[in-house]
Amino acid sequence: MDGKLTQINGPLVRAELTEACIGEQVRIGKLNLLGEVIGREGSTALIQVYEDTGSLILGEKVEALGHPLSVELGPGLLGQIFDGVQRPLLDLVQLSGDYIPRGVSIPALNRDKKWLFNASQTLELESIVSGGMSLGTVKETELVIHQILVPPNCSGRLIWLAETGSYTLNEPVARIKNEQHTEDLLYLSHRWPVRTPRPFNRRADSIAPLITGQRIFDTFFPLLKGGKAAIPGPFGAGKTMIQQQIARWSDADIVIYVGCGERGNELVDVLESFPQLIDPRSKRSLMERTIMVANTSNMPVVARESSIYVGVTMAEYYRDQGLDVVMVADSTSRWAEALREVAGRLGQMPVEEGYPAYLASRLAAFYERSGRVHILGHEKNNSDSGGKDPVRKDQGSVTLIGAVSPPGGDFSEPVTGHTKEIVQTFWALSKELADARHYPSVSWTESFSEYVAVTADWWVANVHPDWLKLRAESLSLLSQAQELMRIVNLVGPEALSSEQRWVLEGADLIKEGVLQQSALDEVDSYASPEKQFLLLQMMLIIYHQGEKMIVLGMSVQALKKLPLLITAKRCKSTYSSEQTENLKQFIIQIKSDFQKYRLEYTQELL
Amino acid sequence: MIFKNIALNIRRSYYEGIECEEINSERTRTVRGLEYRQASAAHGGLLFMHSVPGIAYGDQVIVTDHRNHKRNGQVVQISGELVTIQVIEGTDDLDLERTWVRFLQKPFQVSLSTDVLGRIFNGIGKPRDDRPPIVSSLKRNVNGAAVNPAARAYPKEFIQTGIAAIDGLNSLVRGQKLPLFSGSGLPHNRLLAQIVRQAKLLGEESNFAIVFAAMGISYSNALFFQNNFESNGVLGNVVMFINQADDPTLERLILPRTALTVAEYLAFDEDRHVLVILTDMTNYAEALREISTEKGDVPARKGYPGYLYSDLASIYERAGRIKNRHGSITMMPVVSMPSDDITHPIPDLTGYITEGQIVLSRELHSKGIYPPINISPSLSRLMKDGVGKNDTRDDHIRVANQLFAAYAKAQEVRNLASIIGADELSEEDNHFLSFARDFEAIYINQDEQQERSIYETLNISWELLSILPASVLSRVSEADLARYHHWEGHPGNP
Ligand SMILES: Nc1ncnc2c1ncn2[C@@H]1O[C@H](COP(=O)(O)OP(=O)(O)OP(=O)(O)O)[C@@H](O)[C@H]1O
Ligand SMILES: [Mg+2]
Repeated sequence: MDGKLTQINGPLVRAELTEACIGEQVRIGKLNLLGEVIGREGSTALIQVYEDTGSLILGEKVEALGHPLSVELGPGLLGQIFDGVQRPLLDLVQLSGDYIPRGVSIPALNRDKKWLFNASQTLELESIVSGGMSLGTVKETELVIHQILVPPNCSGRLIWLAETGSYTLNEPVARIKNEQHTEDLLYLSHRWPVRTPRPFNRRADSIAPLITGQRIFDTFFPLLKGGKAAIPGPFGAGKTMIQQQIARWSDADIVIYVGCGERGNELVDVLESFPQLIDPRSKRSLMERTIMVANTSNMPVVARESSIYVGVTMAEYYRDQGLDVVMVADSTSRWAEALREVAGRLGQMPVEEGYPAYLASRLAAFYERSGRVHILGHEKNNSDSGGKDPVRKDQGSVTLIGAVSPPGGDFSEPVTGHTKEIVQTFWALSKELADARHYPSVSWTESFSEYVAVTADWWVANVHPDWLKLRAESLSLLSQAQELMRIVNLVGPEALSSEQRWVLEGADLIKEGVLQQSALDEVDSYASPEKQFLLLQMMLIIYHQGEKMIVLGMSVQALKKLPLLITAKRCKSTYSSEQTENLKQFIIQIKSDFQKYRLEYTQELL
Repeated sequence: MIFKNIALNIRRSYYEGIECEEINSERTRTVRGLEYRQASAAHGGLLFMHSVPGIAYGDQVIVTDHRNHKRNGQVVQISGELVTIQVIEGTDDLDLERTWVRFLQKPFQVSLSTDVLGRIFNGIGKPRDDRPPIVSSLKRNVNGAAVNPAARAYPKEFIQTGIAAIDGLNSLVRGQKLPLFSGSGLPHNRLLAQIVRQAKLLGEESNFAIVFAAMGISYSNALFFQNNFESNGVLGNVVMFINQADDPTLERLILPRTALTVAEYLAFDEDRHVLVILTDMTNYAEALREISTEKGDVPARKGYPGYLYSDLASIYERAGRIKNRHGSITMMPVVSMPSDDITHPIPDLTGYITEGQIVLSRELHSKGIYPPINISPSLSRLMKDGVGKNDTRDDHIRVANQLFAAYAKAQEVRNLASIIGADELSEEDNHFLSFARDFEAIYINQDEQQERSIYETLNISWELLSILPASVLSRVSEADLARYHHWEGHPGNP
């Protein structure tokens, strides 16, 4: 049953459309614009349109499509860039040129490409298969073995499984007889509605930190695989750089980069640089594990709202294959603003700064899709395949990291406020630090992580037993320094004792030698956990050795002139993560130098 | 009803661009051609009328008032009963009984040809220079379409402006959008004129163009730019779109879009490197607030509509480069910060969209420093790929970082000195004070006619860094120091 357009108000239109239910997709007018029913008033459907509504005419036809907004999930997602409704943007350039056309429908995944399907060696015909079970694998990229999953809502008796061989996404690879005794064909890909979280068996405890290679995060405010983090900060503070650094260096299997209402050039930057960048662990091109979703700030605002869900649904899909997925969303504020715009046009009651009352619950529901889980179907696949099938882990995770762009950099606004309540890791960026070009401009006083205790176990097991102690010591040094600076700014530096002035120097060593990390410096851009620890240890050794020298009567002035101070501050960009031996050497050198100074001083004293 | 029958019988293409004949001159009839006389209300630039079939969202409208003057409008909302039209020239003194509304059944379009160069237009592309209108079969919707991000090329080519505080610390690259955040009485116009004069973008003769889009600026400012272009001998490569302070406010909403449609044509059809100057975006945003309040849109901050961000982005994001096309659009908008407040929604949202910002400071201006660029809040995000070994010089990024860091530290010392007195400062702190003083007086400060090469700028940087001991210069490498730092040689050092 087709309906008729009765009102046009920017991205929101109304139509006489009796049949369509909330959430259903519609096609509008001769332009064939894609929309979604978001409300009903009697026989009128309220529709948000994913494309610009210019030139729509009243009375034009509105066709309900009978399904909700969904994405296609299967091999071929990696390395792609999609728009907010999963249209492949690279293919779109081929099809319609440099500007985004309206009304085109184009499949997300290539229909012609043949994939080598390795049928499961352990699934038996006539056995019962159910959602999440693996039918076999496809090597999607050199990095990623893609499990071909039975769609979550599907089960039945396996009556046919394709042989190992090459298949396109249009060719079935399995047939099952369901409970209604009808047959279902299964393909290499399936669809899933983006607003429905994909099911899993049960949640698991997150245990491993997400190693990002960024010292301020890994060492000071860690995030877990399966955790949720927010990065609020004013414009230019470095949110995007941080998210790109995480996309580059974190030890995840899959990275999903969602550019939601931000700049086109930032996506090009990733598109152009990632294929050239080599993952430090797998030594493969980073693009082989990356998927991008792009709704830039000049693209239609409603697709901004959906882009986040398109991203997180793809994240869940790879999670369901037993992989660790990281999704970065830049920026969740633009997503919230899209909600606000639609709510405003619907005439819904604004509660705070124009945002609708459901802002907090929508944010919470989005972040709730993160987590580490026991995946669906794993225990039903014959888990001990005796090495016949590629290993699939029984757990997967989705880590969500959202940038927040508070107006005027004021963290008391609604989106930052609600997000702060939801996330467990909060990386607050500071304008003062950014202005002084202290990058990443993460404030060590306003940021927090609730994962420090869990992470400590990992660091103790994998890096060094003293991790927690050194972390605490350096944070306390930083806060002492802050306190002392307050005094200095009241009464001047003369009021400080030598020990206190050395505390200021110690804090500087931590700031410059450890916290500051340039994304633009080839060597400094990534630091392995071991390198992170050694740098921290080095700065604290210098600080403690200096303390002893002060007791012996050496002046802070003289200490500050020691060349090893600046050499230490530069170590981060002098030695790469492969050169930790040199760092250890230098630490020994520092100790022996101080030994020498001590002797000199004690001799002088005598 | 007669009008219905007529309207139903019209075919869209038939009326496009064809002058509408008066079918019936009787005043009692409400329709002649696609022209209607049934407006039911008008206020604040919006005209409301009973809905008529066949009209599309965003379409252009001609409103003929009782004095037979034509005004331009655009359909901004349609429902079953009511069409809302935004009238650019305003709805003041409209006599609704005698006002005719004609729907052109097409969006706002602008005619494109290289004849636009050297011309002056108003916001909807009508000549302001007493010369004939542009005739061309090529017309495009002024709203443009969003560039597919996958079709963009990342901007990387360094533009030398000859201004140290920009080239050295906040480099501009071809295809960047870099606004000037300014305030009333600050010399942003002089600075822009200097950039236009010196930018090496202009090096490639005839291959460049300047699109100058002025919204709500004074006559004297418009004239200042025009004279400037003229005395540089570039007028033949400039297109000006001008809406003066006393011109209709709502025209400011369409003007930048018209200008950018022309800029896109020059850049991507005609392979030119286009510099777009938009001044002043604050006037633009105020016009948007005016109309959105009138429409009853839900306000977000300070009365500006919640969609101000997306709206500004639909303008700013039109800058850039496209793969396989030779031209580029570099954009320098001027944004006046109301009460010098950088957190005001207009500069704030602009900063969230553009690729950095150059911030002018009243304090430096009153110290007599020109250009009064406050470098701490200034930023160029595209600098990282536009400078360095193959583009300018290997040490460029590190030197810039070091200058930023040293100046930030020097500001701290200044604050301290103002509390405890300069006598109490340590020797090192005193070095920072001299550094800051010279940095402002020698590096930032330069003559309006002075054009510094990037190498001069980098060399001055090292002169200044040589005021400071190497032990505080952790942002530059040891190799840089060995090569360029000459601390011993600096006069006045112990
Ligand atoms: N870790 C870093 N290392 C070096 N430079 C950095 C780093 N972080 C940020 N920067 C600098 O700061 C600039 C701005 O960073 P970024 O674009 O990430 O800001 P943002 O917070 O995303 O801003 P917006 O909200 O406007 O998008 C970068 O272009 C870069 O020059
Ligand atoms: Mg950003």
